[in-house]
Formats: sequence, structure tokens, C-alpha cells
Amino acid sequence: MHTKSLTELAAALNSGTVSSVELTQAFLERITALDPKFNSFITTTPEIALGQAKAADAARASGRAGDYTGLPIAHKDLFCTEGVRTSCGSKMLDNFESPYDATVVAKFKAAGAVMLGKTNMDEFAMGSSNESSFYGACRNPWDTQRVPGGSSGGSAAAVAARLTPAATGSDTGGSIRQPAALCGITGIKPTYGRVSRYGMVAYASSLDQGGPMAQTAEDCALMLNVMAGFDKMDSTSAQRDAEDYRAKLNDSIAGLRIGIPKEYLSDDLDPQIAERVQAAIRELETLGASVKEISLPRTRMSIPAYYIIAPAEASSNLSRFDGVRYGHRCDNPKDLMDLYTRTRQEGFGAEVKRRIMVGTYALCAGYYDAYYNKAQQIRRLIQQDFLAAFNEVDVILGPTTPHPAFKLGEKSNDPVSMYMEDIFTLSLNLAGLPGMSVPCGTVSGLPVGLQLIGNYFDEAKLLNVAHQFQQVTDWHKHAPTGI
Amino acid sequence: MSLDRSDVERIAYLARLALDEQDIPKYTENLSNILKLVDEMQAIDTTGVEPLAHPLDGEQRLRADEITELNQRDQLQKVAPATEEGLFLVPKVIE
Repeated sequence: MHTKSLTELAAALNSGTVSSVELTQAFLERITALDPKFNSFITTTPEIALGQAKAADAARASGRAGDYTGLPIAHKDLFCTEGVRTSCGSKMLDNFESPYDATVVAKFKAAGAVMLGKTNMDEFAMGSSNESSFYGACRNPWDTQRVPGGSSGGSAAAVAARLTPAATGSDTGGSIRQPAALCGITGIKPTYGRVSRYGMVAYASSLDQGGPMAQTAEDCALMLNVMAGFDKMDSTSAQRDAEDYRAKLNDSIAGLRIGIPKEYLSDDLDPQIAERVQAAIRELETLGASVKEISLPRTRMSIPAYYIIAPAEASSNLSRFDGVRYGHRCDNPKDLMDLYTRTRQEGFGAEVKRRIMVGTYALCAGYYDAYYNKAQQIRRLIQQDFLAAFNEVDVILGPTTPHPAFKLGEKSNDPVSMYMEDIFTLSLNLAGLPGMSVPCGTVSGLPVGLQLIGNYFDEAKLLNVAHQFQQVTDWHKHAPTGI
Repeated sequence: MSLDRSDVERIAYLARLALDEQDIPKYTENLSNILKLVDEMQAIDTTGVEPLAHPLDGEQRLRADEITELNQRDQLQKVAPATEEGLFLVPKVIE
């Protein structure tokens, strides 16, 4: 049962083959038995889960079940959950029980979902390996000596190890797509503003976007139907009507125009990754898609632009952690300055401190034009490159990451080499475009992700292409050994 | 752009971060490397390019000026480290 997709589990619940309580117990038992190896959960919530499962079974018995009623979900630990610790992977929030639910959490509750727990993540979502978590690194179920990616590493690992059929994630520079690729699962970062940020602990507000992570594109569509929509509580929420993301999954992709950026499949790319991506492109061609080479000339510049804009916004967002209203507070502060500086010294880890300091520096009087303004101008150029490309093609394809999962500790002492892993994902956040990662093969037994990039609000198109790809391939069904 | 120890101490002060003495050389090296990376931006000519602050060039939505917030002080202060009579406590700031 645990290997079934979310969509298959929904069918099993509807046919009465299994109850939500049985399903919930099975997943909770798997988490207890297996998660000590992976550390993908920070908190489990068995009592809440079983209560929600009972309510879901009762709703189904009385004919009131919706599409998500009784299905499990795990939330990345930056979505606020009322009465349940919301740590954001940080000592700063280790003692924080949120007084309210994030909109995403409230929507899953209202849809009848069963919350299994909160998943591990890089501290404040700052990282590409999940190694910066206060609760220890999460491990990749395909090889526990390797990272699951980050920052939504716990969500990706939990789905890959089949400890949950679905998990929420957030993506500021690749934090859904990169761990999805490294763990062999499917994840989508929607258009900026499509999913509410209310109650999602802020990292870089002009880039942050929540989204689904699951085994298949069809499952992500089911989840996105719950998650997406306008929210007046989020000042940058997109004012658009709800959409059924499952409606176009089965459309033919004959005639689809695919663009391949020459900067993504350059000679520098690991030839084995390039080969898997080329094979995926050939599959789509046999389904009737046409392929042409395009250019996104400013791709390399997304790294410096991102590593100014994100830290600058983070330095401002994280100034709220001051030891006064919630979160960690140092013992016996001698004055107000001591309270601030020592609380923040004790509460934040090294990568968070680095990014706060880079952002503080970039926003200093005298440097603003050279760094922050310059980065925002480059951001405009990157967006223009994408818009020009979308005049000629419907979707853009390439690798999600330049390498498969790397080893724990391999890059953790060298921030710049860690940042280079984000080369293919950062530009979408800068432009605000939707993107997804879909499993497309393995290299030395480790999963490889195919990245699909769409125009603004084209999530349904991406899910359609990914679903059609998954009808003729079975990489999304591969699970780590022993799972 | 390379930073020295005093730059890092000044930035940490502005960011209200205390740093362990023995960590300062490592932060100095890390931050200098990061700034070297971001300095690659200077190679791009951005003359006349409008900065992009919001991906969809969105503007701040306005709402009617009506009271919609409920008083949730007690509930919100439950997670505060130190409160008294509805106030947040901090070290003495006025002698």
C-alpha cells in the first residue's frame, strides 16, 4: 500500500479497499520504523493524524468526501501549524508553537487531509543540501551517505522513502525542484503568487513560493488543486480564478514546441546527465513534440543576482527574530543590545548568519546601487530572455541540477561551491516563472531530474507534459533499494 | 571585493549579530568569496535597465480602511519569552 501514488490511494479510499485510519496507521508505523535512518521528519503528529483520519472516514461514510479527504500530507516545517512546533529547521524557533495555521495548512485541513508531521529542512530554507538544519542533516534514501538536496530535503526524502505519499515544499531558488531531482520524485514550483505565502516563514519574499512534492505529476495536480488560489492575507497573492489542474493532464502533446537552452546543455554539463535529458527529449518527440535550440544568455548571472537579492531580503525578514515576541531568547541579557546580538548569535546557524551579513552589506548606504540595484536590473534582463524564448516555444526543458546527489560534508564548508549547484533553478525564481522537476533516469544508481519551465500561470501545461511523459516512462515508479 | 576583520565586525554589528572571536577569520574568508562571486555582475552592462522588484510588476493592493483584526493579544503573547500585564518585557532601556 505504501508504494501507491496519492491518486491510487484516493481510488483505494473511494472503493473502500482501505480506510483512512488504516492508511494513516500504516504510514505512521513506517515513519517510526524507518525514519531514524533518514531523519526526514522534525516532528510527527500521530494524534492529530488519527483524529483527522477518523473524521475523514466519517465524512466518507456520510457521502461528504472531497478529492483529498483522508489522504496523508506532511508539511515542510516552515508552514505554520496551530499548536504544533514550527521550527523552520532553526534553534531560533525550536520552542515555537504557532498560534495560527498557514493558509496552505488551513486549506489541506479544510480539504480533509491527514497531517502526518513536519519535515526537515535547511535552516530558514537557506541551503541546497539540508545540512544546515538544527535537527541534523536529512539523508537521501537512495544512498544515506548522500544529501537529499535542499532546502525541502525532508519532504523529498520522506516521499522517496514512501513515508508519505505527498509533502508540501517551498522554493526560493530551487528548494522544491532540486531535492525532488536528487530524490527521484516529482515537484512543482508554481508561478510567484499562485500559492499563498501567508504563514509560510519568510526567507526572500519576492522569490518565495510554496508547492507540491509527490511521486507523480498527477499527484502534484491533485495537491495544487488544494493549495492554489487568491488569498487576501498575502499582499502578493495573484488575483486569479481557481483552476482544475487535473483537467488537461490527458491532453495530447502533439505539436508542443519545446525549447532547449544551449546554456543548459553545454559542454560543461556532466555527460551522463546530458544523456538522460536527451533521452527524455526524444521520448517527448515520439509523442509529437517539436524541439528547437534556444538561448538564455544571462543564465550564469542568475547566481550572483540571486545571492544578492535573497540575502538582502533575508536580512530584512530575519530582523524580526529579536528575542522579544517569540522564539529563542538568550539568558540574562545585560541590556537591549546584548539581548538582540546574543539571542541572534545563539539562535542562528552559520549559513543563516552568512546570508544575513551578505544582505546587510549589500543594503548598506554606498553599496546599494552596486549590489542590490544592479541585481534587480539583471533580474529584469533574465526575465526578458525568458519572455523572448516563450515567443517561440511553449515549454523549456533542461536538467534540474548539474550533478546527482553529492556526499554529506562534500560542499558544506565551501558556500560558493554549494551555490553553484543552483545554476539551473535560480533564474525561474528571479523571473517568477513556474517550473517542475520530473525523474528521467539514474546515474550510478542516483536519480536525475528533468526540469520543465513554463510561461506565467502555465502550471496546467507543465503538469500535462509531465503526466504524458510519465505515461510512457516509469522512472517515477523507481524507489530506493529496500523501500 | 575583499573584506577585512573590521568590515566583518561592522557588518555583524549592523545586523545585530554577536560573533565568536575564533569564527571571525572564517566569516571574513567566506564573505569575501561570496562577494567575489557576486562581483561578476559588474561585467554586465545594465545602463537604462529598469530594476525588477516584483516578478509580475505587481503593485500593492489596497483595501477599505476598516477594522478587521480581532484582539488576539493573550493568544499571541503565549509564545513570548517574557510578558507582564499584556506587555513584552525587555532589559531596562531608560535610567
